[in-house]
Amino acid sequence: MSTSRRTFLKGTAATAAALTAPAIIGKAMAADKIKLVSILDQSGGLDIYGKPMVAATEMAVAEINASGGLLGREVDLKMYDPQSSIQYYTQYATQAAASDRADVVHAGITSASREAIRPTLDRFKTLYFYNTQYEGGVCDRNVFCTGSTPAHTVEKLVPHAMKKWGKKVYILAADYNYGQIIADWVEKFVRDEGGETVATEFFPLDVTNFGPTIQKIQAAKPDMIWSALVGGAHISFYRQYAAAGMHKNIPLASTTYGGGNEHQLMSAEEGNGILTAYSYFQEIDTPNNKAFVKRFQDANGGSSAPYLNELAVRSYEGVMLWAQAVRDAGSVDRMKVIEALEAPTMFDGPSGPIAIEPTTHHATLNTYIAELKDQEFHVQETFLAQQPTDTMQVCDLKANPDTVKFFFENGLEAAGIK
Amino acid sequence: MDLYLALALQIVYGIANLVLISLGLAIIFGMMRVINLAHGEFLMLGGYTVVVSTNAGLNIWIAMLILAPLVVGIIGVIVERVMIRFLYGRMVDTLLATWGLSLVLIGLVTTIFGAQTATSISPPLGAIQIGEFTSSGYELFLIGVTAVLSILAYCALKYTRIGLIARGTMQGAEIASALGVSTSRTYAITFGVGAAVSGLAGGLLAPITGVLPSIGATYIAKAFITVISGGTAILAGTLSASTLLGGVNSVLSYITGPTMGEVGLLVVAIVLLRLMPQGITARLFRRSL
Repeated sequence: MSTSRRTFLKGTAATAAALTAPAIIGKAMAADKIKLVSILDQSGGLDIYGKPMVAATEMAVAEINASGGLLGREVDLKMYDPQSSIQYYTQYATQAAASDRADVVHAGITSASREAIRPTLDRFKTLYFYNTQYEGGVCDRNVFCTGSTPAHTVEKLVPHAMKKWGKKVYILAADYNYGQIIADWVEKFVRDEGGETVATEFFPLDVTNFGPTIQKIQAAKPDMIWSALVGGAHISFYRQYAAAGMHKNIPLASTTYGGGNEHQLMSAEEGNGILTAYSYFQEIDTPNNKAFVKRFQDANGGSSAPYLNELAVRSYEGVMLWAQAVRDAGSVDRMKVIEALEAPTMFDGPSGPIAIEPTTHHATLNTYIAELKDQEFHVQETFLAQQPTDTMQVCDLKANPDTVKFFFENGLEAAGIK
Repeated sequence: MDLYLALALQIVYGIANLVLISLGLAIIFGMMRVINLAHGEFLMLGGYTVVVSTNAGLNIWIAMLILAPLVVGIIGVIVERVMIRFLYGRMVDTLLATWGLSLVLIGLVTTIFGAQTATSISPPLGAIQIGEFTSSGYELFLIGVTAVLSILAYCALKYTRIGLIARGTMQGAEIASALGVSTSRTYAITFGVGAAVSGLAGGLLAPITGVLPSIGATYIAKAFITVISGGTAILAGTLSASTLLGGVNSVLSYITGPTMGEVGLLVVAIVLLRLMPQGITARLFRRSL
């Protein structure tokens, strides 16, 4: 078959017209919808975190629309999948701001992805929500970080675990920005409590053989292990630790274990006794949370629905918090919404009441310490309305509203915290 | 003293681990000069075979030692018949094709099982006590399996008729063919055996590393470095390279930390390949298998 240049051009022109037509019509119809863009990894290495976050975001928007939308307008959710690649994050953030003209962007899992798109969204003056637990330190009036930070979790769990197990701590952490900064925090809190960090070891994300480390731990004889290990390959550590019989001798605490639903990937026996701290657990026993879990499971395949961890619930509560601010402001205008959030806006979510702490744009929220037993987290201690005191040490947007900085980028020492 | 014993066991395990993840690749590369970029995914498929069949009620030993190599071996033969055999002698094309295959397999497994799989199978052996240190009994078992596997491979290549034919085809395909050997069948079987060994390795590692669709990526680089550093002799190459690289990695990991352990492994491999571009067995152990 041969195609002449002319027929080819005709064909392409027709196809192009056919393809763009619905987009134009779509735009006209959507003119009065409120646009919410979500950029979360649904494929690639981060999809274990991203997929439940996507499901929770969809659920939040569906619930807002089912209750009549916002200010009488429907919320239009547009999802992009950056495929665990930073390059797509910047591309989609530009598209969301410049072409979709989003009213708000909820995006990012890793700190690297957040730092990649934050300048773009700042430049386009597009309101940005980052709904992930992270190392703290972002100070930017355009950005709201609704996840828990080390002051919420690490600062509570370190004393709890040390009181229970002893003062000698051995730290294992993933070898990148997040792991390094969390290890800094753990060392600081251990010191503050009068304990001793016997060793800190960092692991590249693809390490699967932890044998030498397990022997080192036995030689060092710590009272407890602190794990800030991250990702699929690092789950090997918990398995090998249990296979060497160590989980019965030296207990383990972590504020990353469970974030990728690790507790469901290991047998009950291997995981029993691990202590964690998050701002949410699926097992939280409140009517509000029980109803939320049921709605989520009904919408996502019943018993095969993913376990709801902090990441998923932050995505839900982040959208809800923004929606409440829009209602409070009576507008989707960026500055009006920011001022409403600083007022501050409150939302009573499945994790408990959540509000924005106005000087840092981070969240004031409940945090929980839980012990793993038979693949379920049992809440041991609850801390109500905890402020992001870590970021508050370096950031004050009330006094300096023009600050645009990620303070902990180069570790705690560089930020002046010791 | 106990510490040194426990540490020595760790070093041997580090070496055995490298042999285990590299042997399947070495068979395919050494015999057929085919660089199989889907090697990591063969390991991953072995892991999934064990997880799925164990969760379905099959005995874990049967799943690991019989079913995993069988399933992945069959997949290997199919892959050779429908894809690899058209690409012999075209190194870059096989590279691209097997890379594509690896992406397809990751996508397929993600679609079927989801991005995170409930892999709650535990190592079937408990801990062992060395003085006041404990170590994993399962790691000891893996060292044993690796030794048996190496001996089996040696005997099969050295003493059986199939081994003789395989070695003959490897050295001179045309002459073997002139002597009445069906080289295409030999290639198919070799590829299948290589895949089966990878499947076995993946299955054996599943209880202590867990499986995810993307887990292959964590093995592939190390397996390649080991095989390339080892050179063409399948067994001598894999064993010598694993001993060197695995030993350096374990010792450095213990002394300084895992980051330096990985760096040390790579530095040794680079220096080695600078001094012996064809791998260890092009210079030493030259007439070995």
